Amino acid sequence: MNALSLEGSVQQQFARKRLVSFAVPALILGYFAYIFVAFDMAGLGARVNVKNAATLVSDVYSHKTHVTRDNRDGSLEIAIEGERKGRYAPGDSPDWVSLGDETVVTLSGGHVITMGALVSYDIPGYGRVTAKPGASGVNAVFPEGAVPEYISASKNRLMIVTDAGRLTVTRNRTEVFKYSAGWELFFFTLDSPYHSMSWGQIATAALSGEAGAILQDFWSNKMWRHAEVAWAIVETILMAFLGTFGAAIIALPLGFLAAKNFTPLGTLRFAARRLFDFLRGVDGLIWTIVLSRAFGPGPLTGALAILLTDTGSFGKMFSEALENVDEKQIEGVASTGAKPLQKYRFGVIPQVTPVLLSQILYYFESNTRSATIIGAITGGGIGLFLTQAIITQKDWEEVSYYIILIVLMVFAMDTLSGWLRRKLIQGDGGGH
Amino acid sequence: MDKHSSGAQATAQLRGHYMAQLRKKRLLNMILLIVFIGLMAAGFRTAEERNAGGFLDGVRNIFDFPADVVGEAISRAHLLPGYLLKYLPSLIETINIAAASTLLGGLIGLFFSLLVTRGLAPVPWLVGPLRRVLDFLRAIPEIVVALVLIYLLGGGPVPAMIAIALHTVGALGKLFSEVNENASLKPVEGLESVGASWSKRMWLGVVPQVAPNYFSYALLRFEINIRASAILGFVGAGGIGYDLRNTMSWGQGKFDEAGAIFLLLFGTIVLVDQMSSLIRNRFTHGAKLSEVRV
Repeated sequence: MNALSLEGSVQQQFARKRLVSFAVPALILGYFAYIFVAFDMAGLGARVNVKNAATLVSDVYSHKTHVTRDNRDGSLEIAIEGERKGRYAPGDSPDWVSLGDETVVTLSGGHVITMGALVSYDIPGYGRVTAKPGASGVNAVFPEGAVPEYISASKNRLMIVTDAGRLTVTRNRTEVFKYSAGWELFFFTLDSPYHSMSWGQIATAALSGEAGAILQDFWSNKMWRHAEVAWAIVETILMAFLGTFGAAIIALPLGFLAAKNFTPLGTLRFAARRLFDFLRGVDGLIWTIVLSRAFGPGPLTGALAILLTDTGSFGKMFSEALENVDEKQIEGVASTGAKPLQKYRFGVIPQVTPVLLSQILYYFESNTRSATIIGAITGGGIGLFLTQAIITQKDWEEVSYYIILIVLMVFAMDTLSGWLRRKLIQGDGGGH
Repeated sequence: MDKHSSGAQATAQLRGHYMAQLRKKRLLNMILLIVFIGLMAAGFRTAEERNAGGFLDGVRNIFDFPADVVGEAISRAHLLPGYLLKYLPSLIETINIAAASTLLGGLIGLFFSLLVTRGLAPVPWLVGPLRRVLDFLRAIPEIVVALVLIYLLGGGPVPAMIAIALHTVGALGKLFSEVNENASLKPVEGLESVGASWSKRMWLGVVPQVAPNYFSYALLRFEINIRASAILGFVGAGGIGYDLRNTMSWGQGKFDEAGAIFLLLFGTIVLVDQMSSLIRNRFTHGAKLSEVRV
């Protein structure tokens, strides 16, 4: 009878376990199915912008140079990425462009484009395409046979896209894009004398006393704005630093107020705890919005937003740590006749310091990332640079540069805080 | 007599050493403190200089905007229930982004965590490289991934979900692997002795032992992800954050709708916070907020 009831209960338990082990995956699957519909994942394929993806990828590792001829007055302009900051001085050109009455652009793989009143493009394996832009249209002439797919031509527009580059001819303009590997003008812009020098020449110049000028030209690079970007990184770290440690300084006394064993008065404890809940509940996003209304964009706003949110988190964590202190140590200090303040200083602080410090340093790490995000919202630091570069939708090389810098910054801060944790908190065996 | 005096001498010497050491330690602490205070002060001044508005001016205006919002919300209080209902779908979207990314990231993170736990990993030489992958996933702020994906996929919840899920894989993968390290290996060995495959050993030998801890960490991550998904909405990824940005841009006199969204967001965060701590206390008496924000 006893064995029978035991068997029954075991069977029952097994049945329940079996149910759970099927129900949980089924629930998860069901939820994902709901998300699939709610987020319209099926329509995602149609929304993917393949062209954007291609631009992004090619922009990350290459850049293009625009060679543009105005067909009305015959003037020529060569500019990297078509930007004013990357424009060659008149009469100056990269070595693959030869200037003259007719400008000859030599692309890779034997592609040659001649730009003048008559435009011609010699495409290896196909032949010579000519165009004579004027009032009557572009007047394109093709070799005999079918026109390949990479050429699109109409009366007023001719476009040829090959691996070597791109030629566009309209009545008013002839434009060639040449793609080259690497980030353009990363070290020196065209107006710097060091742009045309090789690394060896620059090293020689640096040794002969031009090091300051070289550094100055690199630092004030108008295209990549190295000095401003470096400042933005400093600003981001500054936001995290001021926010985290400011919050810790404010939260420590409040933590004592919220701890049961230090504040016998219930109302005071209650008030402190509700304050923490409020600060945490309002959340960084809302604090950022509210504060940026009062302080305007900048690192101070970001720092204060982090400070307010984390005062709530730290207060809660600190009070928990304080409630877990060992009373014996405090009693021991008290037995030597210590005054209340001395009791805290020698009985409590040494016990909680390692715990609190490691929590603060963890938050410092994660706030470096938060500061990037807050910077994007409130307008400060590297987050602002990143969003601005993404909004232009064409400076992807700059976007990738910022992403690399952000990741390096986060790694560096992680390493620093990990090192500090190990250094300051001996005995924290985990050291994670 | 002789013995006595030499003993006293030794004590005096010891005391001298101790005091010297103490003085050195105090001096070092003092220097550290001064450096720290100096850094804080200099940092604050720099931040204030580079900010659009100064600190003192800002502090005076700090309650202007909240007062506007609260005032307008109260003056049109009869519209509030309507607004709350109007923005409920967006709120649900924000919560869905957080939940789906936590679930997705948690499941992938679970798999990763088993691959990077020494003693459990099926391919020991992959432990190091895979840990670096997790570090990398944690290091990239969500906003970076989200903004790039918004460019590729257009706005909406999917970019935010992917961005948060990637970060969650990194964070939970690391935390889960720390949990795995504390799991007893005996069930695993038992299963191995009867010829169970790696996946069976993990699924039946490790996961049931540590599932409550996984659950605790995942719940805490869910709390964090709700905040993250609201923020990503603000930069264009849908949900309540997106509505908040729109209502904010309508300007003064129309802040009542923004007030309603503030209320929804605040209520949700507090509710999830309280519920998760209640559930966590029932499951484990461990996982703390501080451990999970990696």
